Amino acid sequence: MSKVTLHVNGAEETVDVSPVTPLLYVLRNDLGLRGPKFGCGLGQCGACTVLIDGVATRSCVTRVTRAQGKIITLEGLAKDGELHPVQQAWIDEQVPQCGFCQNGQIMTAKALLDQNPNPTDAEIREGMSGALCRCMTYYRVQAAIKRVAGSMASGGQAVEQEGVE
Amino acid sequence: MTLFSSIPRALKEALESRNGGASRRDFLKTSGLIVVSFGVTASDAGSLVLATGAEGVEQQGTGPYPDPDFRQLDSWIVIHRDNTATFYVGKTDCGQGTGTAFRQMMADELDIGYDSTSVVMGSTDVTPDQGGSGGSDAIQTDGWPMRRVAAEARRILLALAADRFGVAVDLLSVNEAVVSMTSDRSRKVTYAELIGGQRFDVNLRGRTVNETMGVATVKPVDALRIVGQSPMRFDIPPKVDGSLVWAVDVTLPGMVHARNIKPPVAGAKLRTVDESSVENLPGFIQVVRKGNYLAVVCDREEQAITAARRLKTDWEKPEVAPFPTSDKLFSYMRSVAPMSKFEPEAVGDPEAALAEATTVLKADYDVPFQGHTAFGPAHALADPSNGQMTIYSNDMKAYGMRTGIAEFLEMPRDQVRVVWMEGPQAYGRTAADDAGFEAAFLAKEIGRPVRLQWMRDEETAWDTKGTAFTFSLRGGLDSQGQLVALEYNAQAADYNHVGYNEVPTVLISQLMGTRLAKPNNGRAATPSEMYVIPNRREATQVVSLPRVWETPLRTGNLRDPNGPQVTFASESFIDELAAAGNVDPVAFRLGLLTGTTEDDSGFKRARSIAVIRAAADAYGWDSRPSPKTRRTGTVVSGRGIAYAFRSQTVVAEIAEVEVNRDTGHVWVKRLVCAHDCGLVINPEGLRRTIECGMLHSLSRTLHEEVQFDTEKVTSVDWRSHPSLLHSDAPAVIDVVLVNGDPNPGRSDLPPYGAGETVCKPLIAAVANAIFDATGVRLRRIPFRKERVLAELKAAV
Repeated sequence: MSKVTLHVNGAEETVDVSPVTPLLYVLRNDLGLRGPKFGCGLGQCGACTVLIDGVATRSCVTRVTRAQGKIITLEGLAKDGELHPVQQAWIDEQVPQCGFCQNGQIMTAKALLDQNPNPTDAEIREGMSGALCRCMTYYRVQAAIKRVAGSMASGGQAVEQEGVE
Repeated sequence: MTLFSSIPRALKEALESRNGGASRRDFLKTSGLIVVSFGVTASDAGSLVLATGAEGVEQQGTGPYPDPDFRQLDSWIVIHRDNTATFYVGKTDCGQGTGTAFRQMMADELDIGYDSTSVVMGSTDVTPDQGGSGGSDAIQTDGWPMRRVAAEARRILLALAADRFGVAVDLLSVNEAVVSMTSDRSRKVTYAELIGGQRFDVNLRGRTVNETMGVATVKPVDALRIVGQSPMRFDIPPKVDGSLVWAVDVTLPGMVHARNIKPPVAGAKLRTVDESSVENLPGFIQVVRKGNYLAVVCDREEQAITAARRLKTDWEKPEVAPFPTSDKLFSYMRSVAPMSKFEPEAVGDPEAALAEATTVLKADYDVPFQGHTAFGPAHALADPSNGQMTIYSNDMKAYGMRTGIAEFLEMPRDQVRVVWMEGPQAYGRTAADDAGFEAAFLAKEIGRPVRLQWMRDEETAWDTKGTAFTFSLRGGLDSQGQLVALEYNAQAADYNHVGYNEVPTVLISQLMGTRLAKPNNGRAATPSEMYVIPNRREATQVVSLPRVWETPLRTGNLRDPNGPQVTFASESFIDELAAAGNVDPVAFRLGLLTGTTEDDSGFKRARSIAVIRAAADAYGWDSRPSPKTRRTGTVVSGRGIAYAFRSQTVVAEIAEVEVNRDTGHVWVKRLVCAHDCGLVINPEGLRRTIECGMLHSLSRTLHEEVQFDTEKVTSVDWRSHPSLLHSDAPAVIDVVLVNGDPNPGRSDLPPYGAGETVCKPLIAAVANAIFDATGVRLRRIPFRKERVLAELKAAV
C-alpha cells in the first residue's frame, strides 16, 4: 500500500492503496463516487470515463498513480447547483433507458464538445464511437449532443471547462 | 425545479430498514405513519449511503420480512401529511419509464397531481408481489390492480370528506388531492387532512394480486388527465447527475468483495485448488468451494480480482466435447434428432396446395446464439447479518429471486428479502439471477456482507443466451401470384432452457451438481402475424447440444423471447414470396390481411392493415416490387418492411439501408416504426422505448453472435463480441403511434404490452432492405460486413 494524493472534483484526496490499483476502484470504493461505473475493465466500453485535465480517460485501465492531473467525474460537472448544459440536454432529450452507460456517454460528449463545440453529425458519430450502450440510446444521445451544440451556435450558454481550475 | 422529488423517500426507506431503523413495515404496524414524513433531499440521501460504509452504521434489522398483503389498501398507497402520496408496486423498471407510467395511472385514479406522488418498486418486503418485470406486461396486466386500488383510495377519501361535511358524496368534487363542495368551493379539505399519516385500514378483494380490487371502478379513458401526457421520467435526473444509488453502489460495514472462478472448459470438474497460490496476497480472506463452484473473497475489490486470476486450479475436462464449434452449429442442429417435438399447427392441406402451386419457393434461415450481455456484468450484495438475508440486486424479478434464494439456502422465506435497485438491464433471464444466488451463498458461508461481481469475460461467455434457430420454409403461389400454401419448420437449440431464479437451474446450483429430474423441454416458436393463408403448417422442435448442464450455452428468455429470430425467417420469406410474384412488399402483405371489426381475428387484421399503411405513409413508400432494378455506384440503397403482431400490439417497421458493395458495410440510415399498443400512457416514453427496442434488434442484426470452439465460448469482450455503436445509429427514426382503433373515441380502449413487439420485425426489415438494394438475399445473421461482402461476391 502507498499513499496517493488525487485532485478530484476540485478537492485534494489522499488514499492508501496499492499503487497499481486502477483509478476506478479508488474513485468508487475509497472516495464513494458513483458516476464512473465498472463495465469491462478493459477500456472498451466507456462506463468508467472520467476527465483528467479535460481529456476523457478510461479509469478502469488507468493506474491510480498515473492519475496526477485534475480529475472530474460526473458528479463534478454541475456548478453552483446548476447542471452542466450537457446534463441538462440529457434530461431535456430524455436520453437514458436503464442509464448505466450514461456516465460514459455524458463524459465522452463533454470532452468532445470541449474540443469541438459544433461537431458535424459525422464528428459526433466518430467522437462518441467508444461509448457503448446496451439499451441502444445512441439516437437520443446524438440528439442531445446536437441540442447542446445548437444552443451554443444560437448564442446560448457556452460549454465551459467546468470545474477544471 | 425539484429534480429528485421521488428519489429520497424510496431511498430513505431502504436505508432505514437496512439500518435497523423504522421501516415501512414497522410504520404500517403502528398507527400514525410519522416516520414517512421525510424531508430528505437527494444530497442527504447520497451522504447517508456514504456514511453507512464509512462510519459503520448498523446492518439490517432482525426481520422477519413477511409479504405485504395485497388485499390491504395500505400495502399500495400511503397519503402523507404534506398531501403527497407514495405508491408501492411490485414491478421493476428496466429503463423504459414504467415507474413514471405507474405514477401517471395511479395519480389519475387517485385525483392527485403527478408531481405530488412517488413510487417505490420491487422490494419484496415493502411492495406487494406483482412478480417484477417481464413479458411487457407492466401496463397491460399489472397496471389494472394499481389503477383499481388508487380508485378505491379516492372513493374512501371522498367518503371521509362527505362525513366531514355531512353531505352526500355526489355533492363533492375532487381536484389535485383537495375535496370540495361542488356548490361552494371554499368548503374544502385536503387528502392529508383526511388521512395524512394514517392508515386506510381497508380490505381489498381478489384471489390473486392481478385481481385486486375494491368497490370503486376505474375511470373511463376520456376522464384520464395525466395518462396520455408525457411527464419526464423521474429516474433520469439522478442518472444524469451521478446522485442515484445503484445496486452496484450499496456499501455495508464489514462488506467484502468476491469474484468467481469459472471452469475453463464447459463441464470441467474441479480437481484441486491450491490456496497457497493466493493466501499471501494482500486482503485475502477465503477461498469458497462447493462442487465445481469456486470463488475467492478479499477485503477490496481489486484484490479479489487479482486473487481470482492468480488462484491455481486443476480441472478435469469432460469426456464428451460440450458442443460443436459455432461454425458448425447449424449443420449440427440440422443433423441431430430433436429432443422435443411439438404438435404442428395446420390449416388446409399444404402438401396438396404446394403440389398444385405455380411457383414453389424454399428457403432456410439461420440465427446463432446471441447473448443478453449486460453492459455492466452481473452483481449483487448479500447481507447475512442478524440471521436474515438481504440481497441488493438489479434483477428484474426480485420476488422470484427471494423465493429461490430462500429455497436454495434452506432459509424460511420471510427471513429473506430482495431489495431491487437500478442496474444495467439486459432484458430477460440474465446472469443477475445467478449473481444474486452466488452472493447470498457466499455471505452465508463466510458470515459477512459479500459484494459479488462477474468480470467482463465471465458475463459475455457465461450469461444466459438467446436461442439459436434453424428454419426451413416452403411457400406456394398460384398463377395469380396469390400465396396459397406456407410450410414453416423451426428448430431451436433450446433444450434445458433455464427459468427465472429456478433453484435447480441457476448456475451455482448446476455447478454444485444439482439437476432437474428432467431437463426443461425448451421451445421453438411460430410466426406472430395475422395473415390469412388457406393452407398452412407450422412445425417446431427443440434440439440439444451434447452438454445441457454447467454450460455457458444455456438458454434463457431474451427480450421478446424467440420473436426476433422467428420473425426474421417468416417476414424475410414473405418478402421472398412477394418478389417471386413480382408484387410490391407492402401490397403483398396487405393482400394477406382482410380486416373486419366483427370478430377478434378480423379486428386484429384491421389493426394490422392500419399499422402497415401508417408505416408506408410515414416513410413515403413507393409501390414497386423488390429488388430495385437499377444499381450503380459503390453504395446502393433500398428499403424493406416487416410486420408483427404480439398479444394485442401491432408493429410495422421500415428500414432504409445503404450497402457498400466494396466493403459489405451496411448502414441502416432511416427507420420508421408504426406502433399500435392501444391506450398510450406516456407517448414520449413510449417513443424512446420503441427506438431503443428497434436498435437492440439492429445490434442483433448487424453484430451479435456467440462464438465458441468445442470447449468454451470464445467471444468474451466487446472486441470479440461486438455490439451496436454510435456509428451504426440511423440518421432518422420516425415513430408513428397509431392507436389504429377502427372505433375511434372508444372509452374503454385498454393499454397493451408495448415494448417487446418492436424487437420482432427489425431484422427482417433490414434483410428485406438489403435485398431491395442489392438483389441478394441474406438468410443468416449477423450481417457483419465480411459475411455481406462474401454473399455479394457469391451472387455475382
